[in-house]
Amino acid sequence: MTTEEIIQPQNKVYSRPRLLDERDTHYCPGCSHGVVHKIIAELLDEMGLENKTVGVAPVGCAVFAYNYIDVDWVEAAHGRAPAVATAASRLNPQNLVFTYQGDGDLAAIGTAETIHAANRGENIAMIFINNGIYGMTGGQMAPTTLLGMKTATTPYGRTAELNGYPLPISNILATLDGTCYVTRQAVHTPAAVRKTKAAIKKAFENALAKRGTSVVEVVSTCNSGWKLSPAKSNEWMVEHMFEKYPLGDLKTPSEEPKN
Amino acid sequence: MEAEEVRLMKGNEAIAHAAIRYGVDGYFGYPITPQSEVLETLAELKPWETTGMVVLQAESEVAAINMVYGGAATGKAVMTSSSSPGVSLKQEGISYIAASELPALIVNVMRGGPGLGTIQPSQADYFQAVKGGGHGDYHLIVLAPATVQEMTDFVALGFDLAFKYRNPAMILADGVVGQMMEKVVLPPQRPRRTEEELRAQCPWAACGKGDRKNRNVITSLELDSARMEENNHRFQATYKLIEQNEVRYQTYYADDADYLIVAFGSVARICLKAIEEAREAGIKVGMLRPITLWPFPKTQIAELAKSVRGILTVELNAGQMVEDVRLAAPTTPVYHFGRMGGIVPNPGEVLQALKEHFPELA
Repeated sequence: MTTEEIIQPQNKVYSRPRLLDERDTHYCPGCSHGVVHKIIAELLDEMGLENKTVGVAPVGCAVFAYNYIDVDWVEAAHGRAPAVATAASRLNPQNLVFTYQGDGDLAAIGTAETIHAANRGENIAMIFINNGIYGMTGGQMAPTTLLGMKTATTPYGRTAELNGYPLPISNILATLDGTCYVTRQAVHTPAAVRKTKAAIKKAFENALAKRGTSVVEVVSTCNSGWKLSPAKSNEWMVEHMFEKYPLGDLKTPSEEPKN
Repeated sequence: MEAEEVRLMKGNEAIAHAAIRYGVDGYFGYPITPQSEVLETLAELKPWETTGMVVLQAESEVAAINMVYGGAATGKAVMTSSSSPGVSLKQEGISYIAASELPALIVNVMRGGPGLGTIQPSQADYFQAVKGGGHGDYHLIVLAPATVQEMTDFVALGFDLAFKYRNPAMILADGVVGQMMEKVVLPPQRPRRTEEELRAQCPWAACGKGDRKNRNVITSLELDSARMEENNHRFQATYKLIEQNEVRYQTYYADDADYLIVAFGSVARICLKAIEEAREAGIKVGMLRPITLWPFPKTQIAELAKSVRGILTVELNAGQMVEDVRLAAPTTPVYHFGRMGGIVPNPGEVLQALKEHFPELA
C-alpha cells in the first residue's frame, strides 16, 4: 500500500475539530488544557450545540479559552465564573452554559461561588482543571498543591503547618444536594481522554436536561510549573496526584430532571 | 398586564415595583440594611410567575454583581441593589461591567460609614460613585433620587441610559429615600424584550451564536497595550458624549438668588424648607439639585455662580460634592455643611450654617 493510498478521507481517524480555531494556542507544549479544549470543541459540534452555548472563561491559564473554541464566551473575574454562569444560565435556560476553571479559580478565590452555585443546583457544567499549581502567574501554590510539593511560594515544599492541606473540592461538591454528577478524570492516555470525553458529554447532557450541577475534574499536568518534561509530568501525576485525587465517579446522576 | 397605579410605599419597595414594570430580566441581590426591602418585595411579588423576571438571593454581594455581569453579558436587563459596605464589595465587578461596556443598573441605598458604620442614612459614597470606585478609568452614570417617585422613575431612566451608552448606571440613594413612604405613581407594565428584540438591540451579546456567523466574546482583558489604550480612548469618548447629553438637575428659587445651595437626594428637600424660611426672613437663597451626580451639572453651577455671593453645599458627609462645586465655580466662595454618622440636619441647622459662612446674613 502506498502513502497516497493511505491518505484517503475514509481512512481519516483524527482531525482538528471544526469548532477548534486553526491557530496556535498560548498553552505550553504538553499541557493538558489543549486536550480538554479539543474534547469540548468536538462535543459541542457532535451534540449540535454550537449556536446555543455560552462558555465562561476563568482567570488563569484558560483565560483565553474564548480565543480557541468557536462559541459565545464571557470572561469572568477571578473565581466568579460560577456566579456569571448562574445568571447566564437562569436568564437563558435554552442555552448550554459551562464554566472552565483551574484549581486556583475554582477552589481558592472562587470557593464560595463554586459551592453555592453547586448547592443551588445551577443547571451548568463545571470543567475543572486540577494541576495543583498556578500556571499563569508563574507556578505558585494552589489549594490543591500536594504536601511536600515545591512551588514558587512553597520553595521548600508545602507543609500542612504553614499552608494547610490539599483541598479535595470535588469530594465536597459531591456531598451537596445540588450536584447531580461529580467525576474525576485525566487526559494522560488515549483511554483516559475517551473517558473524559464521555464524562464531559454526560455533564453537558445533565445541564441541558436540567438535572442540576455537574462537575468534571480533570487531574492535569503543568510541566512548566512542575519543571518536568511532558512525559515525566504524566508519570509524576500518576505516581503522586492520583493518590490524593483518585480517578473515578464521585457521584452519578439520576435520569430525572431536578426541577 | 398592570396599568398605571397610584400607591403609598417605601422607596426601596418602589425600586422593586419599578423593576418589574420596566420589564427587567433579572435581579440579583444580598440582604443589607437599609435596602433589604428591594429583594424582599421582589420575592413577595414573584415576578417570575408573571413577567418571567429572574430574582435570586446570591451568597454575597460579590456573587450578586458577578451574576449581574453574567446576565448583562447575554444582553439581558439586569440589576442589583445594596448599601454602602455591600457596594464596596461590588466594586471589582462594577469595574468589569464598565470595562466590558455592558448595560446594568446598580442601586446603592447609602448608610453611614466608614467600615461597618451605621444603618442610618448617609451620602458618604459620593466619591466612590462618581469618581470610579473600582480600579481603572471609568465612570458610572449616577442618578440621585430625592423622592420615592424618582426612585421609581430612575429605574427606567437608569436602564434606558445604560443601554443607550452600553455603560452601567447607578441609583445613588440615601437611606432616607430608601426608607421613607410617599405617594408614588407606578408606570404601566412594559413587556420584557423577546429574544428577537434582544438580539436586534444587542448584537454584541454573548447569548449563544444563534444565526450569527461569528462568536461574541465579552471580556475586559487586552494584553496588547496599544489596543488597551485604544479601548480606553473609546470609553473616554463615551463618557464625553454622556457629559454632553445627559446632565440633569433641578433649580429652585435660583433666578434672583444671592446665595446658592447645592444639595442632592433627600437633603435637597430639607434645604428647600430652609430656603423657604430664609426667604420669609428676606434672604434670597436658591438651590441647584444635581439629579445626575455624574455627569455633574458643572456648567449650570458655573453659570449660577456668576450671580450669587456664595455657595453652600449641604451633604450627609464630610464634604465630597463640595469639591466638584469648587471646580465648577473656582472664583466663588464655596462652603460645605454636613452631618455624618447617620444624622440628618434640620432646616434650622442649614440656615444657621448659611449665616455662619456668610456673616453679612447674621
